[in-house]
Amino acid sequence: MAAAPAKVDPMYQFTIAPIGGTEGWEIAGYNIAFTNSALWMAVTTVLLTIFVAGGMRRQLVPGRWQMAVETFTGFIDDMLEANIGKEGRKYVPYVFSLFMFILFANLLGLLPLGVVGIHPFTFTSHFTVTGVLAVMSFSIVLIVGFWKHGLKFFSLFVPHGTPLPMIPIIFPIELISFAVRPFSLALRLFVAMMAGHVLLKVLSSFVIDGTNAGAGFGLLVGLPSFALMIGISALEILVAGIQAYVFALLTSLYINDAEHLH
Amino acid sequence: MEVEAAKLVGAGLAAIGAGMAAIGVGNVFGSFLESALRNPGAADGQQGRLFIGFAAAELLGLLAFVVAMILIFVA
Repeated sequence: MAAAPAKVDPMYQFTIAPIGGTEGWEIAGYNIAFTNSALWMAVTTVLLTIFVAGGMRRQLVPGRWQMAVETFTGFIDDMLEANIGKEGRKYVPYVFSLFMFILFANLLGLLPLGVVGIHPFTFTSHFTVTGVLAVMSFSIVLIVGFWKHGLKFFSLFVPHGTPLPMIPIIFPIELISFAVRPFSLALRLFVAMMAGHVLLKVLSSFVIDGTNAGAGFGLLVGLPSFALMIGISALEILVAGIQAYVFALLTSLYINDAEHLH
Repeated sequence: MEVEAAKLVGAGLAAIGAGMAAIGVGNVFGSFLESALRNPGAADGQQGRLFIGFAAAELLGLLAFVVAMILIFVA
């Protein structure tokens, strides 16, 4: 058996599989079958709703649950206040939903539920999902920018005090760096989540194949890999939080550009 | 060299980019800690900038990872 190729395929976990077949799920030639990705988005939404609804008690002396929810809302509130100022208050609902949705999705995907046979699907490890989230943020920036400033919004691409001869060079550079924002925003979250999960699966294949190859390999390769997996899992929880925070932070920075130009 | 081998070599070379990004991220956090210990009072106010710098440095490493993935699975 030791000569058989590795049976752990690190990319298999990202397979999108329709639940309950693809029959009768066609609209205008497009298949919209209910996939495991959609299932876990629904699970995330339900859990998030329960979490927030449980904290909306408005008691003067908050209990533990209300305290937990208010810590998150206060955190987002402070972040928007610091980055955008007073006008930032009206973006709290959007940025809070965005942050919590990504955070819950990242953490749910890390849950070791595979032990009991339920395989969590990290939908933030797919570019389509993070791409849509990034496009939502970016369209808010564009809509707010053009709504508030009209065509003066283009002065965002010409920083203050640019010498006149430099403008033809600076303008396209700033325009490109502005236009790739949704792309880099989506790419960062998607790759960070995917890389972490691939790394965990590669290490797990070391554990499985090493232990299958005999007790010596199991001790020499399997055990250190398993210890490393535990450490990397802790790191992944940290990354899940940081990536959600960075997504929300960059969204608020981009909204700040739209609100105040430079 | 065979095309398949060249792809794998290229993907391996892309890992250098990940290591470079590790230097960058370490630099960001290291400089932050260094100055935060000198002036702890100002440290909390700069946390947002810390993570912006972290995100910018990390993105380039992730791009290297994407290049490796494209070489192995797509190209």
